[in-house]
Amino acid sequence: MSGVFIVSDNILSPIGLTTSKNFGQLKKSVSGIQKHHDTALSDQPFYAALFDQSGFIKDSDHKYTRFEQLLMASISDALQNSSVDAGDKKTVLIISSTKGNISLLETESYNPTIQKRISLPTSAKLVAEYFGFINQPVVVSNACISGIMAILTGMRLIQSGQYENAVIAGADVISKFVLSGFQSFQAISPGPCKPFDVNRDGISLGEGAATIILSANPKNAQGIKVMGGAVSNDANHISAPSRTGAELCQAITKTLDNAHLLATDIDFISAHGTATIYNDEMEATAITLANLQTVPVNSLKGYYGHTLGAAGLIESIVSIHSLKENLVIPTLGFNETGTTNPLNICTDLLSGNFTNCLKTASGFGGCNAAVVFSKQ
Amino acid sequence: MIAEKYITSGCLISNHTVYKNGELLFVNKDADVPGFLLSVYKHFDINYSRFYKMDNLSKLGWLASEILLKNSFQKENYRPEDIGLILSNANSSLDTDQKYMTSVKDIPSPLLFVYTLPNIVTGEICIRNNFKGEDAFFVFDSFNADFIENYVSSLLDNNILQACICGWVELLGDEYKAALFLVEKLKGNEAVSFTKEHMNKIFDDKKIN
Repeated sequence: MSGVFIVSDNILSPIGLTTSKNFGQLKKSVSGIQKHHDTALSDQPFYAALFDQSGFIKDSDHKYTRFEQLLMASISDALQNSSVDAGDKKTVLIISSTKGNISLLETESYNPTIQKRISLPTSAKLVAEYFGFINQPVVVSNACISGIMAILTGMRLIQSGQYENAVIAGADVISKFVLSGFQSFQAISPGPCKPFDVNRDGISLGEGAATIILSANPKNAQGIKVMGGAVSNDANHISAPSRTGAELCQAITKTLDNAHLLATDIDFISAHGTATIYNDEMEATAITLANLQTVPVNSLKGYYGHTLGAAGLIESIVSIHSLKENLVIPTLGFNETGTTNPLNICTDLLSGNFTNCLKTASGFGGCNAAVVFSKQ
Repeated sequence: MIAEKYITSGCLISNHTVYKNGELLFVNKDADVPGFLLSVYKHFDINYSRFYKMDNLSKLGWLASEILLKNSFQKENYRPEDIGLILSNANSSLDTDQKYMTSVKDIPSPLLFVYTLPNIVTGEICIRNNFKGEDAFFVFDSFNADFIENYVSSLLDNNILQACICGWVELLGDEYKAALFLVEKLKGNEAVSFTKEHMNKIFDDKKIN
């Protein structure tokens, strides 16, 4: 089965409102992670990549919540730069998010109206109506692999012939709900996160939105295709990764098979690299099991933090632009290798002749996902 | 590449009743929701202490999968990576989200936080059964049999999976419903073809034949 074309994309993050602005900032090592003192979110100061509050209208003043506004701004930019018609009957909207409007639980008393307002299909429907999508939107909510899963869902819906175009958008906002949860797990680093580093000590959270538009039609495509992907489950633990990394490795090798590629065809890897002790250790083992330990790897969590439902999309888009510009972004926060199986961690801007990129992710619930992007 | 696909087992838990393949297996109208779920666990003589740690949504989905698969699935005929789950609901993990939010006012509970994602149900079923294949959680306003039929069919037709548990697991307060379907490429005695019409009939608690 042939791949599916990427025709347009957008990253909307604290470091830029468009993909090209974001990529420019990444090349200059600009990170969105800063120290915040915001008692609405946390009693203690914390490091995270958050939007400047003045940039978006507060929930109470507007028909759309902040979460929905992020999605809409991202989709709007991506649609403008494509010839895809949202209102076409062969176009589907796919939304990726872990918690959507959950912050409403913090500010509103719970009742059936709020229940409906918190519901992800409600947000998806509002966003779909705004742009004139006529098909029922599809919502993917599968922990931190949601973004990659949404890309694979879009790819499969197009390959099956059911749709010709898929507008895939993801977002998560950082609320007290989310931050307190990771803090209760002691998973938050006291400083900016250090992916794959020997001194890594947890994640930094981040907020952001991103959109990828896929099409069966090469018109206006920019020469990069989604070639294949796969998802697996560790079947081991609901909040800790597999001890062996075998299941993420399985997702990687199935992805390569799906894309008709060998390990030696992969030019660089955009890893999940959340900077927890366990994730990075497992991911390094999985990448090694898949015979990819010499391939340049990066994690972008040092620039964006962990953007949850948007992560798979934001980081895929950066990888896609790395293919276009033949430039891999280094791993901010990394100094010294700290995994049992050392990887080839990219520490400086890397130029080359890149054709195929692998993106990986893992999440709570024991899920793993991988996807390959290729330059034609 | 289009394979013949069958619903080889179906389980419906709703209205304080448990149906499997159209047959009423258990009813307990006298309990609240947590009490009902516990009575199902005890009635089917299940021995799995992890059950007590799960939130209500996971208990519901996990019980439905246990009953769905019991004496109806030859797991040994498949590799773990060939068995997957495609689940869906309307309110994600909102039932536990509310409980977690309550704990935040005092001491945020990591035990509750871990269940504030809908795909944890999937994780619990995978852990129990050693299912390692493709899994996904979708959120729809109401059960979307059309989407499930198309998506699961394409996974089986393209040999991404050889067997799939799919359906709906929804729980919020006192309102709940689990409808799970085991889909395989082989036709068993009670198997019906895997179509949205058949799924909707089972979902609406109607017998197929």
